[in-house]
Amino acid sequence: MSAEAIILGIETSCDETSAAVIADGSRIMSNVISSQVPVHQRFGGVVPEIASRKHVELINSVIRQSLDEAGVTFKDLTAVAVTYGPGLVGALLVGVSAAKALAYTLDLPLIGLNHVECHIYGNFLTKPPELPVVCLVVSGGHTDLIFIEAHGSYQLIGRTRDDAAGEAFDKVARVMGLGYPGGPLIDRLAAEGNPAAIDFPRAYLENDSFDFSFSGLKSSVLNYLNKAKMRGEEIDQADLAASFQGAVVDVLTDKAVAAAVKYGVNTVLLAGGVAANTGLRRELTRRAQPFGISVRYPEPVFCTDNAAMVACAGYYKYLRREFAPLTLNAVPGLKLGKDAY
Amino acid sequence: MYILGIDTATRVAGAAVAGDGRLVSERFIHNLKTHSQNIIPMIQQVMDDAGIKPADLDGIAVTGGPGSFTGLRIGMAVAKTMGQALNIPVMGVSTLRVLAWNYYRTSGLICPVLDARRNEVYTGIYGSGPEGLEELVKPAAMSVEQLLDELSRRRETVIFLGDGVPVYRDTMITRLGSQALFGTMINSFPRAGAVAELGTIKLQQGYTEDYTFLQPVYLRKSEAETTWEKKHGQ
Ligand SMILES: [Zn+2]
Repeated sequence: MSAEAIILGIETSCDETSAAVIADGSRIMSNVISSQVPVHQRFGGVVPEIASRKHVELINSVIRQSLDEAGVTFKDLTAVAVTYGPGLVGALLVGVSAAKALAYTLDLPLIGLNHVECHIYGNFLTKPPELPVVCLVVSGGHTDLIFIEAHGSYQLIGRTRDDAAGEAFDKVARVMGLGYPGGPLIDRLAAEGNPAAIDFPRAYLENDSFDFSFSGLKSSVLNYLNKAKMRGEEIDQADLAASFQGAVVDVLTDKAVAAAVKYGVNTVLLAGGVAANTGLRRELTRRAQPFGISVRYPEPVFCTDNAAMVACAGYYKYLRREFAPLTLNAVPGLKLGKDAY
Repeated sequence: MYILGIDTATRVAGAAVAGDGRLVSERFIHNLKTHSQNIIPMIQQVMDDAGIKPADLDGIAVTGGPGSFTGLRIGMAVAKTMGQALNIPVMGVSTLRVLAWNYYRTSGLICPVLDARRNEVYTGIYGSGPEGLEELVKPAAMSVEQLLDELSRRRETVIFLGDGVPVYRDTMITRLGSQALFGTMINSFPRAGAVAELGTIKLQQGYTEDYTFLQPVYLRKSEAETTWEKKHGQ
């Protein structure tokens, strides 16, 4: 019998229903993602009730497929790992209920995970970086700078004071009439534009602060569009996208590099949906290089919500024997590094 | 044959094991705490009380709606996933039928009423036939006035039960007078024992459906869809 730890990961915190089977935190046996993006598109954003309904409809076929693709049965599993927060409560509850049902029925250890922690561990799937690191988590719900000294030890050193970076991308894409989700659309358009075309503000806040703010930038884009409309001017969409993205990326990269220097780490990790942004990846790598800091980011498929990262984070928690009770609940406002069970 | 019954459809949570023609164990909690935290430990308890292991189960029945959207999904996700792990049938049983079962074989009509808010109830009308409950009006979300119109046309006594009763009791009495009867406290809630019993009957009748994509019967669209359809003239 193999001594590998084979972990089934389950992720339903937002609008992706996902299950994955990972051996020893790094051998990806399967990673099935059923995206609901088309379902929510006509509403211009995720509708929690519809997302929850879809999860309960799809969860069992996604689990089935993840086992089949991995070539394993329930009997081969070592543990079940699930995201229990933060996220949409109704959506989280579907995954949590399914994971607990498996843990009880199959008599397996249950591992409850923080969604942000899972995004960070998207970086540990292929070649695990050595700790300590600084991680920049950027998504529709988060813009966090985190110092990670050891597995499971997180120190939040900066966060957004208003909108998350991904939220700013979505909102700007909407006012530009690009559609949803906004991040990839702006990124693609920005590649053809001039980032210096429009001078948008960069909010650095106080001198020693690692916090972020994107609401001012968002208003500036709106003002720019309104003014152009009043004057009847044609807008260069590519220049606008490039200038907006440039402003976001400048602040994110400057603060991430400064944090890495201050905390004396050699590696910066990018995580979360916006970590797939090509402009951000390129700029951060370029600016970190002179300081001898290397930048790591997951493949695009492991940047969006997926269960592979859940099973990977679950593996490290499994090694520490940090298991959740069968009373585990969904915790929509779960804080990083502070389990709520 | 052992069947596990699960109910988290309303503010009550329940789990029960039925086997060999009897109800073996049952737990019922009406403490308004979250079903998500309660339900697995409750299942664990009734299984232990029955002296069986998950592998001994032959089927799982769950209240499949109507009810609280979130509650329904908790029960459904637990039931479907347990069934999947054990490779045994999973059956969704109507919450209204489970309630009506409490008064099966009484004379007159049986009318389970769940509070659906927004001045509506989830309801259906049942009668006692020789082979089981007869569905006279199929489950729907409707205004209580519409329900009472239907019942007064039928001129039979009707026994009301369910969490919609305390909300509309006065209206029911005013409209139907002595035609309206009300369930006792013990018989006014869904019981996991009834879920298990109805599941057993379903299984004995040869239930073989694929439950992989089974969903709760919500009887109502999400608000976002309703708003969208109104806005787009559908
Ligand atoms: Zn995410």
